Amino acid sequence: MSNHLENNNQYVIFKLENEFYGIPINYVETIEKVLELTRVPNTPDYVKGVINLRGVVVPVVDLRQRFNLKTKAIADESRIIILSIEEVVVGLLVDNSSEVITIMEEAIDSTSNLVNSFEDDYIKGIGKVDDRMIIIVDIPKILGIAMES
Amino acid sequence: MDMSQYLDIFIEESKEHLQNMNQTLLQLEQSPEELSLLNEIFRIAHTLKGMSSTMGFTNIAHLTHEMENQLHAIRSGELKINTKIIDILFTCFDQLDKYIGQVEMNGSEGDMISGELIKQLEALQATANNTPSPVAGDDITINPQLNIQLNEYVHNVLRKAAAEDLNTYMVKITLDAKCMLKSARAYIIINTLERLSEIIHSNPSIEDIEDEKFEHSFELVVVAKSDKRILEKELNAISEIESIEIVDLKANDITIEKSEDESITLMETEDEHQQTSANQNENRSKKGKTGKTVRVDIDRLDNLMNLVSELIIIKTRLEDIDGSNSNHNNMHEAIEYMERITTSLHDAVMKVRMVPIERVFNRFPRMVRDLSRDLGKEITLFMSGEETEVDRTVIDEIGDPLIHLIRNSIDHGIEDPETRARSNKAKNGTVRLVAYPDGNSVVIEVEDDGKGIDIEKVKNKGLERGIITPAQGQSMDDNEIIQLLFHPGFSTADKISDISGRGVGLDVVKTKIESLGGVVEVDTRSGRGSKFIIRLPLTLAIIQALLVNIGAEKYAIPLNNIKEITTIEANTIRRVQNNEVVLYRNATLPIMRLSNLLNVQTDETLDTEEYIVVIVKKGDKTAGLIVDHLIGQQEIVIKSLGKFLSNIKAIAGATILGNGSVALIVDTNSFF
Repeated sequence: MSNHLENNNQYVIFKLENEFYGIPINYVETIEKVLELTRVPNTPDYVKGVINLRGVVVPVVDLRQRFNLKTKAIADESRIIILSIEEVVVGLLVDNSSEVITIMEEAIDSTSNLVNSFEDDYIKGIGKVDDRMIIIVDIPKILGIAMES
Repeated sequence: MDMSQYLDIFIEESKEHLQNMNQTLLQLEQSPEELSLLNEIFRIAHTLKGMSSTMGFTNIAHLTHEMENQLHAIRSGELKINTKIIDILFTCFDQLDKYIGQVEMNGSEGDMISGELIKQLEALQATANNTPSPVAGDDITINPQLNIQLNEYVHNVLRKAAAEDLNTYMVKITLDAKCMLKSARAYIIINTLERLSEIIHSNPSIEDIEDEKFEHSFELVVVAKSDKRILEKELNAISEIESIEIVDLKANDITIEKSEDESITLMETEDEHQQTSANQNENRSKKGKTGKTVRVDIDRLDNLMNLVSELIIIKTRLEDIDGSNSNHNNMHEAIEYMERITTSLHDAVMKVRMVPIERVFNRFPRMVRDLSRDLGKEITLFMSGEETEVDRTVIDEIGDPLIHLIRNSIDHGIEDPETRARSNKAKNGTVRLVAYPDGNSVVIEVEDDGKGIDIEKVKNKGLERGIITPAQGQSMDDNEIIQLLFHPGFSTADKISDISGRGVGLDVVKTKIESLGGVVEVDTRSGRGSKFIIRLPLTLAIIQALLVNIGAEKYAIPLNNIKEITTIEANTIRRVQNNEVVLYRNATLPIMRLSNLLNVQTDETLDTEEYIVVIVKKGDKTAGLIVDHLIGQQEIVIKSLGKFLSNIKAIAGATILGNGSVALIVDTNSFF
């Protein structure tokens, strides 16, 4: 899979607060408008609930809460990015998502020498495209799945 | 050639064949004289041999080949069936079963070599060959390959020949190893024989002999007026022949005729059978590769197809209504129609998932046979209702609990023959395995006519193990005591036997069955036997549930966990050590607020005088759950929450409601 990722430098870009973030496109299944959410008790705060995605029940993670940003009401442009990693299907609730861009490997800086406002564990690197800064997130780490499998 | 695409079919088919073989072996043990059973096993071994060598599984092919040889020897009367042979056949079966298991696990048969087994088979063969056959002369042995090659035509001729007082011989010619022109030499021999007799059969065929497609020897069956000495003399005149064997065929006409005729008719019907199953295979292979397969009756698929086409028709109809100046009635009618179709569709899809329970039951006769032997008990297993259909998922899960219950019955339930005789019971113990559909569930019963459950013993054990206190023991009725059997860490067996001391107790059986949404009941009469009754839902994917409101949220409570629904007055609730209880029907009932358990934000200021309480049960325990509103009973489809949210406390899964929203299913078992 990692090999495949290297060959494909496309990222789905989404927005939280004023920052732009990127997820490798291989993880992304679809991007949905926000559907009716059902809260699930006894789960971490950042699990926003579950949605009915065409007959399949999919859990949704509120990335704002995951990143310890202040919560914000769901708006028209809010989106749920449906990811599929290692047979785990999860939705990410984000403020906005509307583009896919290519970021070359060499345009991504590692984060080891950067200071972040939140746990840098979730950041794989910072990509620079034109004048924009795009935070590449480590999806398996956020969801706590990759290491187990 | 890449055979891997056929692997699934191979496994499926082999399993079916093995199952047949198992059954037939068991029957054969009961009636060893039955030739048709032998033929059946032979046929299966043969089919397996063919299949496995096509797939390149040489070990399987080798073993089945040896089995075939042995079976053949039995068929031709050279070997007498005895328990030893049947045991060896059973071990062969086990070995084959293991091979197929290997193939299923990792796609190859593994390197298990059944050398020992093959040796045993060969040893049997040898003894067969050494026993002087009554027909053959001292120095001549009948090639076991002979009989199988004879076809109906040959028999007719042989019979006629016998009637007309002609001699029939089997001539085996072995050419000199240095012979240069084998086919030419053979031609001379055949010519010579044709002058003196009529050749009715040859192995290999005449064409093959002419094409030199044989090693150094060939066999001919001839009918001749003259004596065999004359034939021998004539043949001896030909050079480059190493040996000539001429065997009188007349004497064993009868046996051959009988077996062959039967096997021929059998083969014919089997051929048809194979053709139909080949057709099925085609259908199946088109479905492509799948992990778990279900064989579906074509009628059921047709039914599904019909329903789907009706659904499409109704869809178009609805579209039309939308476009034209529709009247309300049309719409209504269409929706009603659609409702009917979806209900039937649901039914049809459920049926596709159903598999006869036979699949599970099939392995039990063998198990009972082995167990009764090991234990020195005589046990007959009666099975009925094998055709009862249950969900595929249940089939996969129910095997182990049933094995355990049957083992239990045989080990603990049924007494040894002497004890039985003393208590005026038939020497033969009986285990009954019965399945039948009952409304929306399937019932499986395991019943024995053994000594029954010793209530006192169970009670004492319970006390001994500290599962119950002496005071509890006093007040418990028989039924409650029997329930102790299902308590983890309970075993009444004084000595742990190989059979039931395998670390699985009845508690495991119970847990398993409960996880399938079922229940186990016990019925026992001292000295008369006991009966375990398993009740399982027909399908796991769809259940009846009660929908309730808690705050603004909707939850589903599985109906089979609910004992009753009632209302209680707020002021009757008492607090005992921080837990709320209420006296209900003269018993204390713990009360839980679902809004607390599920962290639902509710309007606390709203003070009601009466609460709606759903009383749920787990085994004998009950608890009252306070809910805000009852919405109603509904059939719901259980959906998993996925891997990301597995094992959430108090939640068993989710379902999608009619309006498309998701409601969670409450796991009431987790509240106890």
